[in-house]
Amino acid sequence: MRQKEAQQPACHVSYEAVVMGGSAGGFKAYAAILSALPTDFELPVLVVQHLHPGDDGSFARHLARVALHPVIEPCDKERIERRQVYVAPANYHMLVERNGTIALSLEGKVNWSRPSIDALFESAALAFGQRVIAVILSGASIDGAVGMRAIKAAGGLTIAQEPATAEYPVMPQAAIDTGAVDEVLSVEEIGRRLIELGARKSQIGV
Amino acid sequence: MKDSGTENIEIDLLLESVYRRYGYDFRSYARASIERRIRQFLADSGCASVSEMIPKILHDREFFSRLARYFSISVTEMFRDPSVYRAVREKVVPLLRTWPHFKVWHAGCATGEEVYSLAIVLQEEGVYARATIYATDFNDEVLERAREGIYETAKLQEATKNYQQAGGKGSFSEYYHARYDAAAMDGSLKERIVFSSHNLASDSVFGEMHLVFCRNVLIYFNRDLQNRALGLFTESLVHGGFLCLGAKEDLRFTEVSDRYEVVDLKARIYKKKEVP
Repeated sequence: MRQKEAQQPACHVSYEAVVMGGSAGGFKAYAAILSALPTDFELPVLVVQHLHPGDDGSFARHLARVALHPVIEPCDKERIERRQVYVAPANYHMLVERNGTIALSLEGKVNWSRPSIDALFESAALAFGQRVIAVILSGASIDGAVGMRAIKAAGGLTIAQEPATAEYPVMPQAAIDTGAVDEVLSVEEIGRRLIELGARKSQIGV
Repeated sequence: MKDSGTENIEIDLLLESVYRRYGYDFRSYARASIERRIRQFLADSGCASVSEMIPKILHDREFFSRLARYFSISVTEMFRDPSVYRAVREKVVPLLRTWPHFKVWHAGCATGEEVYSLAIVLQEEGVYARATIYATDFNDEVLERAREGIYETAKLQEATKNYQQAGGKGSFSEYYHARYDAAAMDGSLKERIVFSSHNLASDSVFGEMHLVFCRNVLIYFNRDLQNRALGLFTESLVHGGFLCLGAKEDLRFTEVSDRYEVVDLKARIYKKKEVP
């Protein structure tokens, strides 16, 4: 991976947010990553997990037990704050507005899913441009692949869970197959990489 | 992907064209979602860019109608979020009883399922005869369907469970008359409902209300339009009147938050304070 990093743009970007998508087998991956992010990890993390429509916040509560940051299911128009994890509620798409707030939406399912990873990632690409890191995790769906392309096209950083290490490899593999994934890592490596990227301060003008 | 700044301008121009040509104001809708829907329509429209769609919008009403279908979302069902109706029975109806006559404004009623659900609750609680329900929507097409009150029989059958979880006291099938695939809501439910066109983006208050029901409408609005709509609700509600919002709509982020107290946070039922 070191060599690949050297190919990253020389001017270091400071990131504003991490967006993550998971489906089948996603909980384990999220747990591994979020439990590795220390409390001084500042970037807000926005999470879409494919949930049963009847989920009444239990996924977020389970995640809250393992994450070191507060985990919340946001309401519409909630401002995105640092050092928080936001989990899309069941039955709503979670989008990011350019003004740094969360928008929930009941528009139709995308890839048979609501919330949809593509919906979050595409809005994050528009809202954050190059200042966002997108991570795609285990799943048996192709949701997220289009979103990863949008993030990449806007100059953001894209990371996929190494399919061989994922409980369900289809979803990270679909993202990798688009050619838009910058780094392919295990969940342990993703945790470490996020810490490293999150510690970057803006070097614009340096 | 194209430079997102340019596309942003194109979208502004498109929404402006729609507003000035057809009078529908989507300029104050929640932006991320409206952009998504425009891009979806773009992919199906055969146009290469958003700006290429603008002349077609201006000169071709049929093309605009196709776009409008992407804008209009009406996700609704009978007794959607059953616990809300249970909370209405337990926490709102006892106060409605204290008024000899009360008015309900169901803003953004879409195809009407939730209006009939509320009518059923009021009927079962024995207060329907004192009620007037104003069911409004800006979309005349869905309003007409609400007025007709004809739904797929299978959908209504599915809603039986919701009805029971909502604290239903009878049998849900008594409230509709099924004929093959379609079923009509019972005429007695319509007696106290007035369906009328009202646009939260441009129209004003039309009466004094005791309960405003507006669920999953505000999430489509940006903050300014939300504050406008909530201003209308607050202006029309009597002191001590109730406001019921969607499960993920929170007054905390709005201009009127200090005008209300929370009655039931999970059901998003608020009460306008007695003293302003």
